[in-house]
Amino acid sequence: MNESITVTINGTAYTHDVEPRLLLIHYLREVVGLTGPHIGCETSLCGACTVELNGKAVKSCSMFAIQANGAKILTVEGMAADGKLHKIQEAFWNEHGLQCGFCTPGMIMVTKQILERNPNPNEQEIRHGLDGNLCRCTGYQHIVNAVKAAARAAGA
Amino acid sequence: MATTTITKTEKLVGKRIRRREDPRLITGTATYVDDIKMPGMLYAAILRSPHAAAKIRSIDVSKAAALKGVTAVFTGKDTEQAGAVPCGASLPGLRVPHHHLLAIDRVYLVGHPVAVVVATDRYIARDGADLIEVDYEPETAVADPEKALEPGAHAVHPQWPDNVAFTFHQEGGDTEKAFKEADVIVKQRIVSQRLVPNPMETRGVVADWRAAERSMNLYSSTQVPHLVRSLVAQILGMDENRFRVVAPEVGGGFGAKLQIYAEEILLAYISKKLQKPVKWIESRRENFLCTIHGRGHVDYYELAAKRDGTITGIKLKIIQDLGAYFTLLTPAIPTLSVLMMPGLYRTPNISADIVGAFTNCTPTDAYRGAGRPEATHGIERMVDMVAAELKMDPAEIRLKNFVRNEEFPFPTATGLVYDSGDYSAPLKKAMEMASYDALRKEQVEARKQGKFMGIGLCAYGEICAFGPSPATPAGGWESATVKIEPSGKVTVLTGVSPHGQGEETTFAQIAGDELGVDIDDILVSHGDTSLVQYGIGTFGSRSTAVGGTALYFALQDLKAKIKKFGAMLLESEDVTFSDGKCVCNKTGKSCSVKEVAAAAYRAMKLPPNTEPGLVATHFWEPPNFTFPFGAHLVVTEVDRDTGGVSIRRYVAVDDCGNILNPLIVDGQVHGGVAQGIGQALWEQAVYDDSGQLVTGEFMDYTMPRAHMMPWIESGHTITPTPVNPLGVKGVGEAGTIGASPAVVNSVVDALSPLGVRHLDMPLTPEKLWKLIASKDQAGSNA
Repeated sequence: MNESITVTINGTAYTHDVEPRLLLIHYLREVVGLTGPHIGCETSLCGACTVELNGKAVKSCSMFAIQANGAKILTVEGMAADGKLHKIQEAFWNEHGLQCGFCTPGMIMVTKQILERNPNPNEQEIRHGLDGNLCRCTGYQHIVNAVKAAARAAGA
Repeated sequence: MATTTITKTEKLVGKRIRRREDPRLITGTATYVDDIKMPGMLYAAILRSPHAAAKIRSIDVSKAAALKGVTAVFTGKDTEQAGAVPCGASLPGLRVPHHHLLAIDRVYLVGHPVAVVVATDRYIARDGADLIEVDYEPETAVADPEKALEPGAHAVHPQWPDNVAFTFHQEGGDTEKAFKEADVIVKQRIVSQRLVPNPMETRGVVADWRAAERSMNLYSSTQVPHLVRSLVAQILGMDENRFRVVAPEVGGGFGAKLQIYAEEILLAYISKKLQKPVKWIESRRENFLCTIHGRGHVDYYELAAKRDGTITGIKLKIIQDLGAYFTLLTPAIPTLSVLMMPGLYRTPNISADIVGAFTNCTPTDAYRGAGRPEATHGIERMVDMVAAELKMDPAEIRLKNFVRNEEFPFPTATGLVYDSGDYSAPLKKAMEMASYDALRKEQVEARKQGKFMGIGLCAYGEICAFGPSPATPAGGWESATVKIEPSGKVTVLTGVSPHGQGEETTFAQIAGDELGVDIDDILVSHGDTSLVQYGIGTFGSRSTAVGGTALYFALQDLKAKIKKFGAMLLESEDVTFSDGKCVCNKTGKSCSVKEVAAAAYRAMKLPPNTEPGLVATHFWEPPNFTFPFGAHLVVTEVDRDTGGVSIRRYVAVDDCGNILNPLIVDGQVHGGVAQGIGQALWEQAVYDDSGQLVTGEFMDYTMPRAHMMPWIESGHTITPTPVNPLGVKGVGEAGTIGASPAVVNSVVDALSPLGVRHLDMPLTPEKLWKLIASKDQAGSNA
């Protein structure tokens, strides 16, 4: 009944036998052991589980692990490189773009997509880009600032 | 750049320092409850009632128990003797329903826990729950608190047919006289609707019984780890000293985790029974149904005033929707509304009544603001209505009635003593920031063009820093330990349990300044009962005002000891300690904290009457609450065609006393404002008549998203409190308290040309569109 899948996550290839019903978020968290992406709703509405799959931000609670067979995935754990934080991570830190931190891994991954699609977004474009991700702590203002700061840092 | 770089000699307090807790959070390496994994760990799933009121005829667990991978199934009969969910609040004549861990023969609300399935895997546990067959005999439910109080309503608890859990009365001054002599009396029914707190991390528990050690290790997403330890250990008859509770990374609380929940007790019980670690993680649907709700008030207000705008009396009757059961503080929450009912005004005459009503709904309890948003919303709406009646400007009536600066400490008609304030300062500052007079002129023009433009004010006061112990259910003090390790590194252990509020940073700022050590040499730890002395926790905007003060005093004790060792090392009685050094005032010779630490632990020699080591612990009992205040000003426009509200300006001026870290304070205000705007415009726990929660998922319950939020312009005035030496009042709930009345006042002002004088929240486009359409219809028919 289990199926074998191979997925490249943060540059490392993994092969596992998984149940067809296993959600990608549970695969990442429970099988691979990457607990950065979080589960806030299981219904694709909060975005805490957002990861990058084949270059696009996806909500990993809303797809099965077997659908990711052969895919390249980047999680928040793969953002920092060579012991150095990614510019988006630095921006969230500097701008106080997080409080409890639970939504943050998803916010960071969706910010990556916002800036890839539009390296210089205005406030309105940033707010619409963040629309699929809920935060209950910050009122979003410092997150907007963080996205702006990350855009500036990337342009610098 | 939002943050400041600190040079070593600069003071840390007052600086925009980026948070020390963030690196683990932005790299995805923090450990929340669901990130905990243990060898042999089992997973629990809970079967919950689909009915709001029903008798249970039978429960058949045989198919679930037979499922491969299911380890055990528990029903109410198995856990009946284990204990019940506690309520910490007491009121005279309070009827306290026995809150079983699992339903016995009846269910009282949708989501009522009925059985627990434990399995080797979380998917199998849910499969098992699906296989349990429960035979219910559904009854008519009651989901509205006013309907619950009507004769003949369904009795939530059969032994109390009137659904009244308690009544409460308080008065001050001579309200009857004030109303008799009033020039104007304004009356209004005001609803503060039920809300769902919705921290982004749902609840979760891991219980790990270690038989050989006779010890329980309970990991819970909680704001109050020590209270969980004391109460769960007591309920289950376990040894408190062998009962460790850890609040690991906690993904938001907002009062929803200021609780002792059935699942914490159940998991500890089951882990001991099965001799295995067991994990339960709440789904979002369960979080909507089974974690506490907030607000749930129907308020009947009457305000008496003189023709010049002087408010002379307030009458208030609160119908509090309690839900089916009590959680930790349920019945106490509306009493906080009574305490704060005068707001910032001098009003000497008040009369208040509360009727606590049982309904077949989720229990209400402390949600960000807890009783104060309801009180502020009420008084700030009423003041606007009196102003409208007297044709006064809403700013003018507020300025006229504020407690005056020379009147502090000010005794209120409700028995509180307001600590300090300059109540007109934030209002004036907000009006200046927004150019109030120009806005009013713009509004005149906008109205001529048929636009619905509104300007709303709110001047709010809070009761914070809970609190003096006699006024709290479980002790209101807080504790801190400061240890300077032999290497000179500093460890702070605090009894508060922050989960986003940033005390790992602000407390390091306090300690860094007092000890004169580098902030990187300080570690602030919390949330583990085996590590921290004891503590009360994080809620009620208390962490810095009470916990920070405990730390401040522990630091003073420690500095005294450092000085003793410094005097010994410098061989002088005349020694000063500052900037991390003991200096001999005669010779100018000095020694560092690091050298003192080495000497204190090596203990080759000790100062007279001094123990080795460098550790100080302080438990601090606050002499009073603190009373932060502020003013919000909101400019809105309502779209005539859609009923949609757009917030054009949002100005928030807060006075939380001294500010330790402006970056963190701004973040607290923004987040609070978002929750207040959420209540004003979108959020509502809607129950249908059968007690089903209709808005029970993020799809239906409208939480503010990024594009829905306005830019918040923050300002501050600073009035230190005399209650604590840091002069800090607390800021966690301010934004929420100020926002809902400011937004609603603005929208009512926008629609006042239609004759609107009050609107109940949430001000959804549908509600406003219908209102505008009906007025337009009436207008065209006239």
